[in-house]
Amino acid sequence: MQQFEEQDYTKKFSLALWKNVLRHTKEYHKDLIWLIIVMGITAACDVVFPLLTSYAIDHFIPRLNSPGTSEGLPAFVGVYLLVLVIQVAAIFLFLFLGGKIEVGACYTIRKKAFRKLQELPFSYYDRMPVGYLMSRMTSDTQRLAETIGWSLLDLAWGIVMIIATSATMFFYNWRLTLLVLLVIPPLAVISWWFQQKILHAYRKVRKTNSQITGAFNEGIMGAKTTKTLVREDMNMEEFTVLTHEMKKSSVRAASLSALYLPIVVSLGSVATAYALWKGGQEVLIGGMTLGVFQLFVNYTVQFFEPIRNIANVFAELQSAQAAAERVMTLLDTEPEIVDTPEVEEKFGDNFHPKKENWPALRGDIEFCHVDFQYKEGEKVLTDFNLKVKAGETIALVGPTGAGKSTVVNLVCRFYEPTGGEIKIDGVNYKERSQLWLQSNLGYVLQEPRLFSGTIRDNIRYAKLNATDEEVERAAKLVNAEPFILKMEKGYDTDVGEGGSRLSTGEKQLISFARAILANPRIFVLDEATSSVDTQTEQIIQRAISTVLTGRTSFIIAHRLSTIRTANRILVIDDGKIKEMGAHQELLRKKGAYYNLYTNQFQEEQAMEILGKAE
Amino acid sequence: MQDRKTRLMGRLIRENKGHFLAALVCTVFTVIIEFITPILLAETLDYYLQGKPSRMPGFVNAWIDSLGGPAFMARNLWMVGLALVGLNLLSGVFSFGKGRAQSVAGENVSLTLREQLYSHIQKLPFSYHVKAETGDLVQRCTSDVETVRRFLSMQLMQVVNAVMMIAFALFYLFRENVKIAWISMVMLPGLFLFAFLFFKWVVKNFRLSDEAEGKMSAVLQENLTGVRVVRAFGQQEYEVEKFEKVSSDFRKKTFKLCNLLAVYWATSDLLSMVQSMLTLLACVYFAIRGEITVGTLIIFTSYIWKLLFPIRQLGRILSDAGKSSVALGRIDEILRLPEEPAEPDAIKPSLKGDIVFDHVTFAYDEGRDVLKDMSFTIPAGKTVAILGATGSGKSSVVHLIQRLFEPQKGEIRIGGTDIQKIDRYYLRSRVGLVLQEPFLYSKTLRENVAIAAKNATGEQIDRAVTDAAAKEFILGSDKGFDTLVGERGVTLSGGQKQREAIARTLIKDYDIQSFDDSLSAVDTETDAMIRAALKKRSRDTTTIIISHRIVTLSQADWILVIEDGRVAQQGTHDELIHQDGLYARIFNIQSALEEEFKEENKGYATV
Repeated sequence: MQQFEEQDYTKKFSLALWKNVLRHTKEYHKDLIWLIIVMGITAACDVVFPLLTSYAIDHFIPRLNSPGTSEGLPAFVGVYLLVLVIQVAAIFLFLFLGGKIEVGACYTIRKKAFRKLQELPFSYYDRMPVGYLMSRMTSDTQRLAETIGWSLLDLAWGIVMIIATSATMFFYNWRLTLLVLLVIPPLAVISWWFQQKILHAYRKVRKTNSQITGAFNEGIMGAKTTKTLVREDMNMEEFTVLTHEMKKSSVRAASLSALYLPIVVSLGSVATAYALWKGGQEVLIGGMTLGVFQLFVNYTVQFFEPIRNIANVFAELQSAQAAAERVMTLLDTEPEIVDTPEVEEKFGDNFHPKKENWPALRGDIEFCHVDFQYKEGEKVLTDFNLKVKAGETIALVGPTGAGKSTVVNLVCRFYEPTGGEIKIDGVNYKERSQLWLQSNLGYVLQEPRLFSGTIRDNIRYAKLNATDEEVERAAKLVNAEPFILKMEKGYDTDVGEGGSRLSTGEKQLISFARAILANPRIFVLDEATSSVDTQTEQIIQRAISTVLTGRTSFIIAHRLSTIRTANRILVIDDGKIKEMGAHQELLRKKGAYYNLYTNQFQEEQAMEILGKAE
Repeated sequence: MQDRKTRLMGRLIRENKGHFLAALVCTVFTVIIEFITPILLAETLDYYLQGKPSRMPGFVNAWIDSLGGPAFMARNLWMVGLALVGLNLLSGVFSFGKGRAQSVAGENVSLTLREQLYSHIQKLPFSYHVKAETGDLVQRCTSDVETVRRFLSMQLMQVVNAVMMIAFALFYLFRENVKIAWISMVMLPGLFLFAFLFFKWVVKNFRLSDEAEGKMSAVLQENLTGVRVVRAFGQQEYEVEKFEKVSSDFRKKTFKLCNLLAVYWATSDLLSMVQSMLTLLACVYFAIRGEITVGTLIIFTSYIWKLLFPIRQLGRILSDAGKSSVALGRIDEILRLPEEPAEPDAIKPSLKGDIVFDHVTFAYDEGRDVLKDMSFTIPAGKTVAILGATGSGKSSVVHLIQRLFEPQKGEIRIGGTDIQKIDRYYLRSRVGLVLQEPFLYSKTLRENVAIAAKNATGEQIDRAVTDAAAKEFILGSDKGFDTLVGERGVTLSGGQKQREAIARTLIKDYDIQSFDDSLSAVDTETDAMIRAALKKRSRDTTTIIISHRIVTLSQADWILVIEDGRVAQQGTHDELIHQDGLYARIFNIQSALEEEFKEENKGYATV
């Protein structure tokens, strides 16, 4: 479980990682280059404006020894306007490009990652909680794209700004410039240090904040239990610890930020003061004009800004690195279940199937000496053998964790055996494509999952080109039509997110109709334990028997009626077949199945009576 | 409503008035110093270097005259530099003070709101929580609180700051030169209106982008949770297309928003820069005519930005101000709900007596009585089982004993005392209740067992989990007792949750213990084991067990059969099996099973 502890950051800056990021966002390289150019122009304009002011002071305004003149003023206005227009255009462009890159990179990475997720095997999904995958696909990707879009921009601006400012000053007075530039190294060091600290501080704030959100969540969801346990005060105590922690870390982060700016501004003002002092002396001896003097003072005042930006970029890069690493790991994960190149050549891949080459599937299934383990050293199945004839119904019973789901997962090739092989129609299924098997597979889960959309959409999910008649026929077959027609819009009723607007029983019926429409050769049913009312129960029973006719089926069974009608019942315990046979045969043995059956029977009958009494 | 919101806001500010005041004072000083710095430069250029009229107050110039006048200053410009550094340091101190005070004030506000909300929600009655919508509540407690904090700690101060900046700038500019000051104001109304109206208008696009993102997340979430269905029907290709559609819609809407913002910044920059140019040109024009000095030009060109920035900011903040009022309203809606009332006169008697329901009538919703004039007695120290259909009211009985709800009519007495007179927290701490779907906290398995008994010893914990038949699965978990429960740790099955919940009840020696169908998800053998352990440990605890298992029911001292809110039958097992009724019907399943075996075997024989 340790592996998905969210890591906040990695310490070392990794160039290879960022190269990989760039490789994954190739289509935006051109925009990136334009962005850097435009940003350079913006920075250059920022340097030119004070220069224009200084020119105005020196050329138009009367001084001690020369009267003012308006000669050249129209040209000056022209130049000023030109720079202004360029600047505004550049500002618009860099915002446009930055946005384009951010939004686009986000989109591209998400697209690739989503595709990858469609190919990764279930073992991956077993390791990774959905919430974790969600955050990789949303916030982490967002963070990464923001970094690509905007940090280069800040970096380009900062660097051009420093170079252009220094060069301009150098041009006018190199000795003074050299001395003034001395302030840059300490500024850089202090900025770097502070940005790191500030980043860490805010990271702490975010962490505490998510703990608080979690606490609220738990406080609200667990409120009923809290009341029965009289735990209000203890909960409040724990919560108070969090809120105070939050206050402490927030104030600390805000204080660091509030401290940083005055320090660099004050440090920068030392350069300004020096320029004022020495520049003023030069002005007195005529070595510097008033305009240039003013220019030096202005430039030195702005010095800290590009440095702050650059320091900030590096700090951001460092923190975005963790997000980048997580996203890149997902993109670079190799699926554990893959079709061999030969198979792919012949039958096509998951997105481009070559259906014309697919052989028809009869439905004979054979487990030959199958071993299986989810985790190294924890064998779930050992030397498991089973032969199922096409059209047979196999009921799997046994305690939780015994390996029932494993058998089913292996049949579906959601996992592959770690030893031995599984044959379908006499051929090792690895010699066929995954999509071939899965397209011939009907699968109804314990907790039926629907997608948002209408009832019709959900049934049609099994076969996208099915006509309305086909959809309705499938619904009729499982007797789902009566309840569907009772809904406000019949087949076109919206089921809500994940089918939330339907009851469990209704969702089950729709998932049966969906499975029927797919007309699969192999049918897998993980029967629900959740109780539905007696009438629905009967409809579902009939639906199940309709679905099972003529197909090879595996049922993880909980309902007696299903178990009783199976051709064979497998009692599985501890990864082995403990008992196998037909219902009566096993009953007469008075073994594990007998015990299971009697208990279950009583319970079911009791529930039925209590349900009816309602 | 408006009144309550204003009062709440007023209270939050009052509680932190020291910090708000400190932030205000610091803001005033930073603004003043910010306006002094350009004057220093202007003074140097005009007075010290060129001998033009001074801007400094008389006492400063008197002091400078005593040193040797402007010529001395021109030779010793380091003094100006020193003053500059000094002023910056001073401003830094105020700026830090402002930042800190603001942050402390803001954090105090959110701390107060968070704690109040949390405590209040905990104290809301059980009936509220039965219907509560977690997502909405959490959002109010987190992002709405954050919106209020941001408003009070940042935006409020920004508005103060902006208004002060504008006032100071205009004051200085008009004092410096009235004509140029007027020219410097040409674009201001336009700029303010543009910022204000633009953000009012663009708000819709923020919402559109958020909604598109929501849709994308929903598709993603459905795909990830429904991955088995996707694979089972081989619909990977279709899923990719579906995601592509919502993802590119999100891209389109966000990109549009980005472009709108690009238009905003570029336009407002254009307006600002044009204003700045107009000011510069006006200065140049008047300077050529000899009406102003270089110093004035310096002051105008640097002050103009101190005017433009706040105007722009003000427009944006004001267009946003409605949000915090909405957020405050949503928070207040929660705080307005009545808590479980305080009971100053409540008593804490011994609860070892009989439990008596005396003509109790109870309804969750008006007009739909769940318990109808119900009367029965549960003798102290005995084990009583309750059988009833879903919706018959059996859970309400145990809920009422814990005072999670109050009956509309009748009286419930324990040891002769009406429980309405008993302190409800005391009552709940002496009456244990295990819910059918218990909630486990996202702590370790050990902490969850000891959740209601902080000082439980290892021995007690061990005994509790053994008796609740939970030890095996706990030790089988990754880190045993230290395994975390929830997303970050193990996901427990229904039966495991129930056993863990039973363990945390067993750790306390309750006077009364109720199990609300809380063994439904464990198998019959484990059920029997737990009950045997229970019997051994609780000699004088009154135990109430709700179940549908005949074995469980049959071993109780007394059985109540509840139908439609009334006690339909009561008695011992032996009595009830001979009465016609629900109990006998369920008991008879046993014999029906025997019947079936005979049938099946006969059938088998004939095949």
